[in-house]
Amino acid sequence: MSGPHAAAVSIAGVSKTFEHGSTVALDGIDIDFQPGEFISLIGPSGCGKSTLLRIIGDLIQPTEGMVLIGGKTPKQARLDRDYGMVFQEATLFDWRTVAKNVALPLELTGWTRQRRAARVQEMLELVELTGFEGHRPWQLSGGMQQRVAIARALSFDPSLLLMDEPFGALDEMTRDRLNIELLRIWEAAGSTVVFVTHSISEAVFLSSRVVVMSARPGRITRVVDVGLPRPRGIETREDPLFFELATEVRELLRESHGAGEAV
Amino acid sequence: MHVLRATVKRIAVPVAVLAGLWVLWESYRWVWSTTGWGWPFIVDEFAMPHLHDMVARLWDPAQTGGPMLIQLLLERALFTAREAFFGFVLGSVIGLAFGTLFHFFQLMRRGVMPYVVASQTVPILAIAPMVVIWLGGKGLPVWVPVSVIAAFLTFFPVTINTLRGLDSTDPRKLELMRSLAASDWETLWKVKFPSALPYIFAALKVSATASVVGAIIGELPSSIQDGLGGAILNFNQYYSLDPTALWATNIVTAALGIGFFLVVVLAEKLVVRAAPEQLA
Repeated sequence: MSGPHAAAVSIAGVSKTFEHGSTVALDGIDIDFQPGEFISLIGPSGCGKSTLLRIIGDLIQPTEGMVLIGGKTPKQARLDRDYGMVFQEATLFDWRTVAKNVALPLELTGWTRQRRAARVQEMLELVELTGFEGHRPWQLSGGMQQRVAIARALSFDPSLLLMDEPFGALDEMTRDRLNIELLRIWEAAGSTVVFVTHSISEAVFLSSRVVVMSARPGRITRVVDVGLPRPRGIETREDPLFFELATEVRELLRESHGAGEAV
Repeated sequence: MHVLRATVKRIAVPVAVLAGLWVLWESYRWVWSTTGWGWPFIVDEFAMPHLHDMVARLWDPAQTGGPMLIQLLLERALFTAREAFFGFVLGSVIGLAFGTLFHFFQLMRRGVMPYVVASQTVPILAIAPMVVIWLGGKGLPVWVPVSVIAAFLTFFPVTINTLRGLDSTDPRKLELMRSLAASDWETLWKVKFPSALPYIFAALKVSATASVVGAIIGELPSSIQDGLGGAILNFNQYYSLDPTALWATNIVTAALGIGFFLVVVLAEKLVVRAAPEQLA
């Protein structure tokens, strides 16, 4: 950490042009995320929201600009295991049990077997999968698999959680339930979350701030502050403010994208 | 109950197929020999012995006054099995090493792979004499060159499939490992090898039977008389006098190959714990 005021994530002038063709995926992104914030990146496909997440995670390099994670370069943050990542697919290892999947980052960090076992129990409790330690990933539903992936990403207590449409492949009811669970987990873990989604209601429901992006080139259209009270629950979705904010995000997306295409 | 039924089914089906083949064999034999048709060949005791005669031959003496043929063949099979086993292990280790090296070093893949492929176009009968000369008479057991010849046949499928398996690891899993700052070694051991196992086992199944063939062929230029290769050569020469002896030897040889194959299948069941739909 470089000082008490270091942003959790600081993005300055980040652009990304892909080599094949001259597709400008991101163009001049400037934004800071504060520690403990829940940030959603939303936008039409091709707006570079996943690209931005991968740049933060040091999985790809920006063409221009700089990212700092708690004052460190993304590479250093990755090597220090400062962030956990959850992908759209749970990406679990079929040859490992649920418990061993959750323990994977801890094995890489060199924890002892005993410490690992204790932490795995704690994490499975957190995602409400106690009793499934010995199951194989393919024995679980999609929603349960994603919860295992979240437990794995949080097992080593990273200060930052990067989530790339983690509930995108799930049905709406499962997604709504997991949204509530994710907020509970986030409040318990106290980490900063950067969450990529293309669901307006999901973004508004979860976030402290919603970053609305436009495509070709990928730019930030506006950042919407979500002043909905916490803890949020089922009743939040019936709050008039929720509708207001969702409408605002929808209109911003429409403005930046032309009226024709639904999001 | 479910397991029992599955086991019965697994045994019953091959037995039924065997019975079907027996019926086909014997009916063909009966039709051709009663009508006297000569196309494509004349059917008699030499061309197509009765299946039950082949099996019965196993319990007759190998030579007049000698032990039963089956006793002789089992001893020979045991000898060949040892050659084949060491050839299989050696070939598998070399194949795994080549596949892994080719996966990591593009230059090596480009430079060496063509020769690995070329090596397989050379019939083993053509290289066996050299192997025997190089490794024979060094105080090593006589079967060592034969194992090396068998390994020559078995390393190839393992090389190809190890490479293929390592190359085709799910890129999302690799991205996850990268996000977790895993080393190359950890990624290889914890992700790539487990992902490649179904491919590797597919190759090991091919290698298992190939190692038996390799061992038998390898015995011929080595003039080894203690294995099945020697028996096959011998009964070949006496075929016109004693056709069922060669057929009986073939049955034992096939059983040995099946045995090798089943051991690999069993090992796969114990080792590969992937999703059921990923198992061939």
